[in-house]
Amino acid sequence: MTSADLVTILPALIVAVWGIILLVVDLWIPRSRKGLTALLAAIGLGAALGVSLSLFPARQSGFNTMTVLDGFAIYADIIILGSALLAVGISYDFLRKLNIHRSEYYTLMLLSTSGMILMAHAFDLIVVFLALELLSIPLYVLAGFARPRPDSEEAALKYFLLGAFSSGFFLYGVALIYGGTGTTALAQIVKALAAGTLLNPPLFLVGAALLLVGLAFKVSAVPFHMWTPDVYQGAPSSVTAFMSVSVKAAGFAALLRVFVQAFPDLAASLTPILWALAALTMIVGNLLAIAQNNIKRLLAYSSIAHVGYLLMAFVAYGNGEVVGDAVAAILFYLAAYGLTSFAAWGVVLAAEQLEGRGLEFKDYAGMGRKYPLLGLAMIAAMFSFTGIPPTLGFWGKFYLFSAAIQAGHMSLAIIGLLTSILSAYYYLRVLVVMYMQPGEPVASQTTWVNVVTLVSAAAVVLLALFPSSLINLAQQALMWLVSG
Amino acid sequence: MLNPLILVTFFPLVGVVVLALIPAAQKAALRWTALLTSLVTLGLSLWVAAVFRVGEPGLQMDTPLAWSQVGGVEIGLRLGIDGLGLLMVLLTTILTPISILSTWEAVQERVKGFMIFFLLLETGMVGVFLALDLVLFFIFWEFTLVPMYFLIGMWGGERRVYAAVKFFIFTMAGSVLMLLAILYMGIQGGTFYLPSLINSREVFAGAQLWLFLAFALAFAVKVPMWPLHTWLPDAHVEAPTAGSVILAGVLLKMGTYGFLRFNLPLFPEASVQAAPWMALLAVIGILYGAFVSYYQRDMKKLVAYSSVSHLGFVMLGIFALNQQGIAGAILQMVNHGLSTGALFLIVGMLYERRHTREMEAFGGVWKVLPYMGALMLIVTLSSAGLPGLNGFVGEFTILLGAFGSTAINSIWMVGAATLGVILAAVYLLFLYERVFLGAIRHEENRHLPDVSVREVLVLLPLLVLIFWIGLYPRPFFDLINPTVQSLLPALQTAAAAIR
Repeated sequence: MTSADLVTILPALIVAVWGIILLVVDLWIPRSRKGLTALLAAIGLGAALGVSLSLFPARQSGFNTMTVLDGFAIYADIIILGSALLAVGISYDFLRKLNIHRSEYYTLMLLSTSGMILMAHAFDLIVVFLALELLSIPLYVLAGFARPRPDSEEAALKYFLLGAFSSGFFLYGVALIYGGTGTTALAQIVKALAAGTLLNPPLFLVGAALLLVGLAFKVSAVPFHMWTPDVYQGAPSSVTAFMSVSVKAAGFAALLRVFVQAFPDLAASLTPILWALAALTMIVGNLLAIAQNNIKRLLAYSSIAHVGYLLMAFVAYGNGEVVGDAVAAILFYLAAYGLTSFAAWGVVLAAEQLEGRGLEFKDYAGMGRKYPLLGLAMIAAMFSFTGIPPTLGFWGKFYLFSAAIQAGHMSLAIIGLLTSILSAYYYLRVLVVMYMQPGEPVASQTTWVNVVTLVSAAAVVLLALFPSSLINLAQQALMWLVSG
Repeated sequence: MLNPLILVTFFPLVGVVVLALIPAAQKAALRWTALLTSLVTLGLSLWVAAVFRVGEPGLQMDTPLAWSQVGGVEIGLRLGIDGLGLLMVLLTTILTPISILSTWEAVQERVKGFMIFFLLLETGMVGVFLALDLVLFFIFWEFTLVPMYFLIGMWGGERRVYAAVKFFIFTMAGSVLMLLAILYMGIQGGTFYLPSLINSREVFAGAQLWLFLAFALAFAVKVPMWPLHTWLPDAHVEAPTAGSVILAGVLLKMGTYGFLRFNLPLFPEASVQAAPWMALLAVIGILYGAFVSYYQRDMKKLVAYSSVSHLGFVMLGIFALNQQGIAGAILQMVNHGLSTGALFLIVGMLYERRHTREMEAFGGVWKVLPYMGALMLIVTLSSAGLPGLNGFVGEFTILLGAFGSTAINSIWMVGAATLGVILAAVYLLFLYERVFLGAIRHEENRHLPDVSVREVLVLLPLLVLIFWIGLYPRPFFDLINPTVQSLLPALQTAAAAIR
């Protein structure tokens, strides 16, 4: 192990070590000043973000090609770390409001974040699996953080059981791929594929499909989405916000890394499956979102729908001419979706009161008038989710759809656009309630929740005026194929 | 050098920023800021008109600014103008201050939000008429939904939420396929710049009919063409007066403008093939709108359905696909904006006095409101197409074009459309009679105040234009003809190829 090896996972390392240090340091922080713990967590994440940015655009592998550092991984790091930073920002005030402020929250969050980062840097299926577990286990605890509230405990248990289930799928897939190729290293798999020396091609294909299922659970693609609404609703909202952005980013990072780099030859066999997965996810996510009256469940189903749009571009992964644009579009969309989500979740966190009150639509009546800034943030978020310009969400969808069209998946693009019309209906409902119905809403105005909400909302609109900056960055963040 | 087109498009945003800084309680300051902003924008558009070189074919004042790219295809902040665009921009910048002035007393709640949305809407509308990059056009096009949605939903009548959501969903549903078509064409043609795409339209000629339909759906919802018109009565009736004026005056024109700017030059063969069908729908719309108007008891609904009928004439003119038809259609787009805008304004003034729009509640009010009665008479006759006023010139030219059209090639259809002119006179004069003539039936109507100076100021510019176009339409045709001339050759080639 050399320092060059460590550099390839440096951001993950910083976050993990910092998380453990934080656990110890916290013992000396007096109970009345626990805000310091949150601040320290944010500093650690900020440092890791700075390091990631300074590494761009590196191209190197480490640990005998088990890990890799490239523009793609760094772009994913930025999304994941940015999301963790915003999540820490909204967590402190929120946890205090709900009387569940305990310091281990931040350590768990940092550990989970390090797992997510590792996922983007993994270049061996075993490392992907380790990262997946490192990501998941702290999240199971975080989902139950509002104990003894039953729905939070239920969320933790449900997430754990289905998470374990999906890990099983994933691990079985890895085993089958090992049987099919004789290795778990992506670099070796690429070589074996190029040389045509697979031991057992059918086994390899089945293994890849199981990997897909495992990751589809994590990013909650239909039909592996069943846990999402319950877990998103039961977990403390700050955790849900973090989960709905970061886990999906990490999941897609792994999905892209494994499939684009190691399995492009399987595209022909997998395309029908991926096509169905994307179409189902878009349709089911959007249809079920219409029927929701609880804002957390609404956002849960909407997050499923957005996974569908991401998968739509992912279907094109095997098409050599389009894959660059498709990957860039997915990275762009993850960033756009992340910022939009935090704008929306910030409003939810401000409106939520003790005992899970303040989460129904009717609790939002009149909010646009009473809290104009929260209202504006929600306008930006809802139009961005719908894909109405000038928001990042519009450009995100624009790039995803253009990737799908370039790859010749016109039918998927049409499904995507038609389901966007459905989504307009339920996103508009939120605005209807907030702006066009009278009511006496209650929202707590706390500094950091407001800052995160408004910064995210402003970014959603202002960055949309300069879309080329983000998409060019995403296009430079191409994957580097390790050969050796 | 600062391009006047960029200024005229984005200047209202300066007003938005200023408005955002003014406290919500300062209603007068908010109103004056919005009005001044829209007046400066009007001034800027007049500057554009002054530097515009009349008679020169093609697009002028192009702004080649790179903005973004997709799949290696550049997206530019490209604005440009021709006679059609200039007329539409002027219509927008004239109607906006008029609408703002009309809200002086009607809008008392949440003035700040109202004015901000109104100026945002102006930027969106002007952008639609100037954008030459298809993606930029789509962005402006979709963006206009946002402020209009809030204007209807927050300041509208009783069923405002239903109307606002319906308006949004209908228009968005219409335009999503257009986005697909834009992406497809951009990727196939290697550019989103309209003039380049027109030159390289052979590339996607195979998919022409589908692309035509994708664009046509978006525009037909907006126009609205029968049978996609059902959002319009709801939106018009529930919208606040100023919203109705802009909706009828400008937003509907975005649909017909789209047909002229995109469908005809990009897909000439498909346009020729579709012409009889589009004309058929237009004629159905003319007659349907006229009949339904006749049976309305609500003044605003009557005017709303009359728009379906009038826009049917515009569509008929466009798909006559000849010189007179298209020129008449463009002029009639302006006319409809002026006449229907004025009708909505007067209906709004009556509503402010009596808080009802039922014709039953009026009757004989000319005796109490002689000035308003006179103004209404002029506007009604202009909308009905009386010679000497603007409506006649437009409708006459359209019908002339439609009768001589080889693309439509059906005397019966055009004959039926001519019937629409008579029907328009019937329902409009019926409206006038029920409201202004006869004996006063309700005691509370005896003491209504006549038009105020502000209200005269609101209507005056429209009346001047109504007479100007009616008596001396030549300068307008001088603006229109180069645009028409640039469309015709491709259409004639296409027609010859098909026959």
